[in-house]
Amino acid sequence: MKFKLTFWRVVFIVIMALGLYSSFVRYFRGLGAVSNMTDQFPWGLWIGFDCLCGVMLAAGGFCMVGAVYLFNVERLHPVVRPAVLTAFLGYLLFIVGLLFDLGRPWFIWHQMIYRNLHSVMFEVGMCVMFYTTVLFFEFLPNVFERLKWKTPITWINKIYPILIVAGILLSTLHQSSLGSLYLIMPSKLHPFWYTPALPFFFFGSAVAVGLAMTIFESTQSAKAFGRQLELPVLVTLGGALLVALWVNLLLRFEDFFHRGILGMIFKPSYEAYFLWLELTLTFVVPIGILSFKKARLSPQWLYLASISAVLGFITNRLNIAVIGFETYVGKHYVPKWTEFSITLMIIAMGFALFGLAVQYLPIFESETKHELEEPEGVAVMPGVLSHAGD
Amino acid sequence: MSKAILYDATMCIGCKQCEGACAQQNQLPYDDAIAAEPVQSAHKYTVVLNKNDKFMRRLCMHCEKPACASVCPVGALHKTAAGPVVYDVWKCIGCRYCMVACVFNQPKYEWGALNPRIRKCVMCPDRVAAGKQTACAEICPTGATKFGERDDLIREAKDRIQQNPSNYQPHIYGVNEVGGTSVLIISAANVEDYGYPASARIGEIPLPEYTGRVMDRIPDFVPVWTLVLGGIYWISHRRDEVAEAEALHKNGGGQ
Repeated sequence: MKFKLTFWRVVFIVIMALGLYSSFVRYFRGLGAVSNMTDQFPWGLWIGFDCLCGVMLAAGGFCMVGAVYLFNVERLHPVVRPAVLTAFLGYLLFIVGLLFDLGRPWFIWHQMIYRNLHSVMFEVGMCVMFYTTVLFFEFLPNVFERLKWKTPITWINKIYPILIVAGILLSTLHQSSLGSLYLIMPSKLHPFWYTPALPFFFFGSAVAVGLAMTIFESTQSAKAFGRQLELPVLVTLGGALLVALWVNLLLRFEDFFHRGILGMIFKPSYEAYFLWLELTLTFVVPIGILSFKKARLSPQWLYLASISAVLGFITNRLNIAVIGFETYVGKHYVPKWTEFSITLMIIAMGFALFGLAVQYLPIFESETKHELEEPEGVAVMPGVLSHAGD
Repeated sequence: MSKAILYDATMCIGCKQCEGACAQQNQLPYDDAIAAEPVQSAHKYTVVLNKNDKFMRRLCMHCEKPACASVCPVGALHKTAAGPVVYDVWKCIGCRYCMVACVFNQPKYEWGALNPRIRKCVMCPDRVAAGKQTACAEICPTGATKFGERDDLIREAKDRIQQNPSNYQPHIYGVNEVGGTSVLIISAANVEDYGYPASARIGEIPLPEYTGRVMDRIPDFVPVWTLVLGGIYWISHRRDEVAEAEALHKNGGGQ
């Protein structure tokens, strides 16, 4: 196959080259040289975005598995495989991100032997480890189908109920525990974001983002891989997203009210601007769009609403990880370009791996059936997937 | 009984000998340039601050219930029975959660190192175990930094404040803050002016309790949630099975 230099491939190569340079700085010059993290700001972009947001963005996996296999929402079946693939890649890349952020990544295995059961970080680490294993098994049937291995598929099918329950249990635990990480800092984190309800909010937002990301991803891959858009799927997800956003919104304001800071959030301040940005993107825009029936039935509007919600919750995580600490620290933290470049490299790797997986594995079931029916169907793939590397 | 350090800022003359002794004890470089640095760092565990010729020391507070130790996923930090909060570099994976969690911002990091360590005052655990004072207390020429039993030091601090109420703030910083610390501070000036968090702000609840409230529920949550999820799975699939069986039955009956 001839390699064509498209615009997105050039972008990809540039991102990877800069990322490799930054990785060199990271491992041969140290964390201080590669980042703007300091003793005052020991956690930066990599914890705020790669970890907190990365895990949240991968929530589509457990949401779709739960909807289809637990609650039997058959309509959503076509999006389970791409959602599980995204989650699997997301968690793998989260671990890659950790290897950059940890000061002594070569000792990451220590947490399996020196366990501190009181540490939220320990719990998150173990859950992520087990859940990535679960996702690996949920992903394996794709490979077996491609290789036409029948027996291992029946084995996986046998343990599938266990995988489903374990996957959702582990997701519930660590999605919420990412919020629990901040419970120990009541005087450091700004009251807009510090609340004893943090674990609930982290879980609630993960469900909403899981739905929004699945809408975003389905639309995006329909464009990229020239596939039919599954409109009934999107409409179902859009409706669920609207409900999830309302639940998040009401709980959020109930919490503001309960803690007596409802008046404070409307007064202009540095933090308030970021809170307004967050609330607008998370709630005002998507709920506004999805409240119209016409918009709920239109792929474009659903796409827009889901992007806004995803960006809103990303803002929420960054507010908690960075903005919420700035007043306490008395300093601003802006990531160095090398920090951005490593984050971008990890994201680019995600896109590339997703493209490769779609190219070589039966991720989209419509194509799968086609392939199974007529063995020559493989020939169809390169045509559809020549954009895969984009 | 646990050991503690009492720092009486009114007796401190700002000679910085404690800084030098600390550096020597921990095999850190110390010269005029480092002495002039007004902040703690990976190479300066304690600092004597000066504001209008009123001095204040900063060092790890060695909390009774340390947040750093409770958050560490690998237990690299722990509170010893004798008082010091110590660090085991071998266990450390470098997640820096201790730095984020510490309300006194004490753990510092070797940002320039390729195999970086957490650095902080560890209250000279070897000396304490050998029945000696900490290096800073031993060298202090005025007795501003005093080492001893925590209960004795609290009593002594109370006495000093009582005998000279005009010289002191009416409060011993560290007796109850975040559940109590093994470093106690009495002073004429406000400790907040030197970067210590205000007592009212940090409260008297040991910080690990905030996470404990959630973490303690996990052992109950796991089996319950597993049962709920398993139950939902069973019900929704049982419904399918029943529907299938009924359909079969109907078809069979119709023929």
